Order: sequence, then structure tokens, then C-alpha cells
Amino acid sequence: MKKKEFSYIVNSIYYIVLTLIAVIFVFPTFWMVTTALKPTKDIFKIPPVWLPKPPHWEIFREAWHKRPFNLYLKNSLIIVTLDLVGVLFTSSLVAYSFARLRWPGRDIFFLITLCTLMLPSQVTIIPLFIIFNRLGMVNTYYPLVLPSFFGGGAFNIFLLRQYYKTLPTDLDDAARIDGCNNFHIYWQILLPLMKPALAAVAIFTFMGQWNSFLIPLIYLNDERKFTLPLGLSAFRYEFEVSWNHLMAASFLTLLPCIVIFFIAQKFFIQGITLTGLKE
Amino acid sequence: MKKASRLMVKEARDGYLFASPWIIGFILFYLGPILATLFLSFTEYKIPLTPKWIGLENYYSLFMKDVQFKVSLYNTAYYTIFVVPLSICGSLAMAMLMNKNLRGITVYRTAVYLPAVTSGVAVALLWMWLLNPSMGIINYVLGKLGLPQPLWLQDEKWAKPALIIMQLYYIGGNTMVVFLSGLQGVPQSLYEAAEIDGANWWHKFRHVTIPMISPIILFNLIMAVINSFQVFTQAFVMTQGGPNNSTMFYVYYLYNVAFWWGRLGYAAALAWILFVIVFILTVIQLKLSGRWVYYAG
Repeated sequence: MKKKEFSYIVNSIYYIVLTLIAVIFVFPTFWMVTTALKPTKDIFKIPPVWLPKPPHWEIFREAWHKRPFNLYLKNSLIIVTLDLVGVLFTSSLVAYSFARLRWPGRDIFFLITLCTLMLPSQVTIIPLFIIFNRLGMVNTYYPLVLPSFFGGGAFNIFLLRQYYKTLPTDLDDAARIDGCNNFHIYWQILLPLMKPALAAVAIFTFMGQWNSFLIPLIYLNDERKFTLPLGLSAFRYEFEVSWNHLMAASFLTLLPCIVIFFIAQKFFIQGITLTGLKE
Repeated sequence: MKKASRLMVKEARDGYLFASPWIIGFILFYLGPILATLFLSFTEYKIPLTPKWIGLENYYSLFMKDVQFKVSLYNTAYYTIFVVPLSICGSLAMAMLMNKNLRGITVYRTAVYLPAVTSGVAVALLWMWLLNPSMGIINYVLGKLGLPQPLWLQDEKWAKPALIIMQLYYIGGNTMVVFLSGLQGVPQSLYEAAEIDGANWWHKFRHVTIPMISPIILFNLIMAVINSFQVFTQAFVMTQGGPNNSTMFYVYYLYNVAFWWGRLGYAAALAWILFVIVFILTVIQLKLSGRWVYYAG
């Protein structure tokens, strides 16, 4: 009886601590939304207005139309979609080659591939800019999209290779006996089983590209081509923009990421865990 | 025998073929540009003109004359020295807190992970608002608690700490999840054996948990150092490097040199130095890891 009571108290304290921490980490996002729902006169009130009554939902609409955010949204969607196509197709193919086919130099090249994870992207940024500039591709989406069609980066290759390794090779052997070639094994046998890992890659690619800032900043200077983060950054310097509008536009920019996170949490955790796996 | 070797040739051919997007991509987007950056760092290059070979002059100017370079290096080192240990310890502590089989624990894990799905410009704007000296909620709470209310981003003493605090908002993110999976992989039998030997919670943490997850700590440490050297968006959106250059971080300076002043050769030298710094720091960590990282099996 005593012991039970004791563990009840310990658990209660644990829950209180956890709740406190959770509140601290959720608070900034909450504050972004609640600021966006306040009329301008309430923003600076002290003590602060925690929950505006009534909530001014129209501020979201106002903020969205103060700048061509619909256009930025369209641009961001085009870029992210093309990136997803490139990354999903090429990284799964490359990872298949690393995981399942034997070729001279494979293991050393895989090691080199992992080393590129540690390369700051700024090291390659200048020559790439010069080349894309020569090719007349500044102010187009090519510099943002083309690299995705060349393997999708070391992180995705690594993640997918680890997942291929968890699938039994009997599958390949059986298919090979049935006369399947390597591409068929990849496309028809293994890829359907890779869905959870592909989902993780898709989510990480989406999040990364959606919020990407430095690279679009360098290549896009025509406002009509801006992505959402670029538009948001420009919005900030607009005359007479107040915090409720800024927070509203910020929140709408983040909304797809938040929604995807809540829908696909499982894949997130799996994906991250997979890359932490040891050989 | 002959048939087997023919099959191997075919397999190797397909192997190269399927890996070819990445083999080409590696040359085009990694190896080539790295070497090109090295070459450009020995030139003076403004865009419509052609690169002019000037030998080591860029490096000489950087180390001998460029005050901004030293300031940016100092700021980035300062940021890294605080952000890396604080966020690694924070993430590990958070993972241990979340590694309990309690009802509803996934709700809490979701809550602390939430910041990790929000990033970039939107979050930079959010923190500008939270840290606003007169109207921000952080100073309001500090005032209520009777604590001093710094000017944060407007004070050169507080701007870097403000950005460091902002980074700690992410300790419940990916790093925490990797730690959590590591903690869950530690065999329970080790803790039970330690308990039989009379170990308290600190002994168990120090002599079971830490050694068992040390490879994961190393991985997170290396990635954290590399990432913190690349801090950019906060400086660009929130402070523009100010006040008085206190948030002029390395990559932000590089961006200014390359794309604001258009001095691509000089910026290439900066990029190459960044590469060398990150490389050396990684090698040092790998070398030191022999002393504290334990690989089971």
C-alpha cells in the first residue's frame, strides 16, 4: 500500500515536469497563432491578451493578400514537387545499387558518399553559382531542382540503403530465378516494400526544401519567382507591417509542415531512427 | 564458372548504371565544385570579368588585414562553443526524460518535437517577436519575475546569447529522437546487473548508459559542430549581423562577400577555410573518440 502510494506521487511529479516542459516548447507556436488573431490595438497591451475575444480570423486573410503569397505558394509547390520526384526516384535507385548489387569500388564510394554529409553546402556554393550563371539559369528554378535528380544527397541514399538491408535477399533470389532483371527487382519487388522509408525521405525532403532559404536567396531575385520563405523575408521590410500580420503569414507558411508532421509522425520517427542504426 | 563471372559482370554493369545519377551528381555538385573553390580562392573574380590569378593574396588579406573575418570567426566559435554542448546535453536529458513507459508519453514527445518541424524565416520572425525588448512576451515574463530585461537582439552583449537560446528550442528534435532510439537499444539486463552490484542511478548513467550510447553521442556531436558553423538565416533575417557586428557569423560574412560585394575569389577563400576548419574539427573529434567511445560487439 505504502509503496503504491509512493510510486503514485513519483508519477504525478513526473507528469507535472513533463507537462511544464511540453508547455514551454509548444508555447512559441501558440504565441504565433494567438498574435495572429489579435487586432493591432491588442498586440501591445500589457498585461498581454492571451486569447483574443473574439479571434480575428480575417488577419490571416489580410496578411496573405498584402503580398502575392498565393504566387509564392505556387512557386514553392512547383519546386518542392519537382524535388520530390527527383529525390524519390534517383535516391531509391542509387541506394538499391549500394545495398544489393556488387560492383568494384562500391564500398569505398559509399564511404565517400557518407563523407559528403559533413560537407557544409557553402563550400560548393560559389562555383555552382558561377556555372548556373554562365548557363543563364539565375532567376530560374533549375539551380534549385536539378541537383535533386542526381541521387538526392547522401542522407537519403544512406537512409534508403539501411532500409533495403532490412529486406531479405531471398526476395531478390526468387525473382531472379523467375527471370527478373535487376531493374525489375528494384521496381516491382523491392520498391513496394520500401514505402515507409520512401515516406520518410519524402517528408524530410519536403521539410528541407519548404524552409530552404540561402539557396533560393542566391538564385532568385525576380519577386514573381520568390518562394514562400523569400516572400516572407521581403514582407518583413514592407512599410506598415505589424506583428499580427507577420505572425499570420509566418504561421500559414509553416502550416503544411505542421499538418504533415501530425499526419505522418510515425514515418518521421522511423526515418530518423533508421539513420541512427549501426551496420 | 564462366557463367558465374558473366553474371558478375552484368551485376557490376547494372550497379554502375543504377548508381550513375549519384556518381555524376557527386562529381558535378561535390567534387568538382570543391576543387573549383580551391582554384577560385587563388584568384580575383568579379562576375562579368574573368578570374585573375593572384596566388595567396586572398589568404594574406584575410589573415593579415581583414578585421571582419576575424570577428565572424570569433562570433561563430563563440556560438558553437555554447550551442553544441548545451544542445547535446539538453537533447540527451530530454531523451532520458521521454524514455519512460508512461501512459500518454507520445503526446509529450510530440510536443517537444514540434519546434523541429518549424524552421527558417518564419521561426526567425517568431523569435524576433518573442524577444522584442519592450513588447515581447519573454521580457514580460522576466519582468514579472523581477529579473532584468535585456534588449536582446538590439544589444551587442545579448544578441549572441539570444540566438543561442533560440537554438535550444530545438533540443526536442531530431537529435533527441536519435538519442531516444539509442537509449531504447541499451539492454535492460545491463541495468539489472548493475543494480545487483549496488549501483545507484548516477552509476548506471555514467557506467552503462553513456558507454552504450557513446557512438550516437559522437555522431550527434560531429553533426552539431558542422551545423552550428553554418548558422545563417537567423543572422540574415533577425539582426543583419548587428548590432555592431556581434552576430556577423562566418557564413553570413561569406554570403555578403560573395553576393553583396560580388568578390567571388575572396569568398572562395573564405569557403575553403570553412571547409578546412570543419574538416579539422571532425578529425579531432574522431581521434579523441578512441578514448571515450565504446563499440559493443
